[in-house]
Amino acid sequence: MSLRKVIGRLLFLILVIWAASTITFFVPRISPRNPIRERFAQLSRIGGFSPEDLEAIVASYNTKFGLDKPLLEQYFDYVASIARLDLGVSLSQYPKTVTQLIGESLPWTIGLLLVTTLLAFVFGNLLGAAAAWPRSPGWLRAIALPFVLLMGIPPVIMAVFLLFFVGFRWKLLPLGGAFSTGMVPDWTSFAFYVDLFRHQLLPALALLLGTIGGWVLSMRGMGVTIQGEDYVLFAEHKGLGGFTIFKDYYLRNAMLPQMTGLALSFGAVVTSGIVIESMFGLPGLGRVLTQAIQSNDFMVIYGVVLFITIAVATLMMIVELLYPLLDPRIRQN
Amino acid sequence: MTTAAISQPDVLRPGRFTLVLRYLRRNLGLVLGLLIVLGLMVFTVHGLLTVDPKGAYPLAVRPKLPPSLQHPFGTDFFGRDLYSAMVVGLWQTALIGIIAGTLGTTIGVVLGFTAAYFGGIFDTTIKGICQILTPIPAFLIQVIIAGSIDKREVTIYTMAFIVLLFSWMGPTLVIRSQVLSMKERQFVLVSKLSGMGDIGIIFQEILPNLLPFIAAALVGQVFASMFASFYLAVLGLGPLREPLLGNIIWAAQSQGAFFNGWWWWPLIPAGAMVLILFSLALINMGLDELANPRIRRTE
Repeated sequence: MSLRKVIGRLLFLILVIWAASTITFFVPRISPRNPIRERFAQLSRIGGFSPEDLEAIVASYNTKFGLDKPLLEQYFDYVASIARLDLGVSLSQYPKTVTQLIGESLPWTIGLLLVTTLLAFVFGNLLGAAAAWPRSPGWLRAIALPFVLLMGIPPVIMAVFLLFFVGFRWKLLPLGGAFSTGMVPDWTSFAFYVDLFRHQLLPALALLLGTIGGWVLSMRGMGVTIQGEDYVLFAEHKGLGGFTIFKDYYLRNAMLPQMTGLALSFGAVVTSGIVIESMFGLPGLGRVLTQAIQSNDFMVIYGVVLFITIAVATLMMIVELLYPLLDPRIRQN
Repeated sequence: MTTAAISQPDVLRPGRFTLVLRYLRRNLGLVLGLLIVLGLMVFTVHGLLTVDPKGAYPLAVRPKLPPSLQHPFGTDFFGRDLYSAMVVGLWQTALIGIIAGTLGTTIGVVLGFTAAYFGGIFDTTIKGICQILTPIPAFLIQVIIAGSIDKREVTIYTMAFIVLLFSWMGPTLVIRSQVLSMKERQFVLVSKLSGMGDIGIIFQEILPNLLPFIAAALVGQVFASMFASFYLAVLGLGPLREPLLGNIIWAAQSQGAFFNGWWWWPLIPAGAMVLILFSLALINMGLDELANPRIRRTE
């Protein structure tokens, strides 16, 4: 891949980020709601300060966040602040910045989504390849079938069923939370890790079970086409071993379109990840987002959404830039 | 010169109806999908005729009752009868999908045709906008929009509108690529040479040939829209009073239904959602097969 292509891809990424930040800037401002007024009106109901105080506070915050400037100026300030990676300050947990909140919750989200996505991708592709490969043992094909049947059940619904059977009926795993109540996060004790794992298992299964089938099916389709190719026949006639053909001639060629599929799936992965985290009460980005929605913490909502958008678009670009490493044909062009 | 009357051998040409039936026998997935949809429709219509829809709203019945003869699906924490809630909620959930899906497909068809048929600046603009918007996870933008609206003002129509705003790019790109390939075919060239206008070619030559694709895109779009609104509702961004399936699951989860032993509360809307999604997926696959002669099964 030429340098020009890489630069073109980077420019496109910047364009996508610009489009996303423009949408996150203008959409809320079209709505008649004033986040700061609402936030303090909510507080005044609990705290009981006078309406004059409220007006004064709202005015001072409007100045502080630059909300009294003309819209276009605000927009340029906003885009400039994003370019500096400054996503603003949380309204409900005031001194904390949005970047801090994201930083605290991000490891949880990355841990859950990275593990489940990679497991689903590797496991699904291997099963799919085995299902299409004529010489693979029958039990291997039999494993693939249940996953194909589960395909298309969205993680949220899978979560409800898992919670009902595994958590509620059989009482095997906890119903939610990141660790048991009363447990102090102690990163040195083994018992804490076991507890952590037990709590992550159901959300991970909810994300995994429905997605494996998709990879199985697409890989199987790909595999069936590749078997008819001349180069596979040629390799067989050369007397290459079954495993070598499977690995170098068959899997490697079928992997390319699957990588595109992986890049395209990031958006869906993040979407279901957020919903699952909020359903299970895990302390990841999903919970930050849902808590922000419930407490009208607009800065956090926009910040988290923008951050995830940038992350997804960047990941997609990285996968695309990795193609030449996998496919020598692209490398030569 | 006389023409010898050749007696036609009696061939029994099956009627159109028989042919359709025979095709459906080969496309069992489509039949099963349609049957489930039909079953859900019968459930809704029967329910609307026999059940008081007021039972689907809070404070209608005694709360927290497990399924019984009187309340076949039980009642929830807020005093909603879940059977009535399913009758109303299934319909509302489907309505959001149908509205957003139909409008999204329509926009997609119009933009896709404009981009592909007229090309040039139209194509560059429409394709460019679609490509820039596609990597942005639509769900997150929908979260922002839904969060910016006052929760008391959200109705199922605003939900449909929110979903629609970011759901037209997919169909636009699909239809665009189909029209691009269709435009180069011989019969389009012939109509052009015979003096047919652009409008005539679009509506009389290209559109009829694309109908199966548009139908498949429509079902896929209804599916995706229903899904998006369901996820928004599960996050608590839906019209909170309405018994949308996602809303019920959100309410159950936020009240800790499983912790408190009210297992039927989230389970029933989840089951209903599985039925809807499953039937739409089957219909979508069936229509794909119908639209694509290469994989269509023949006798």
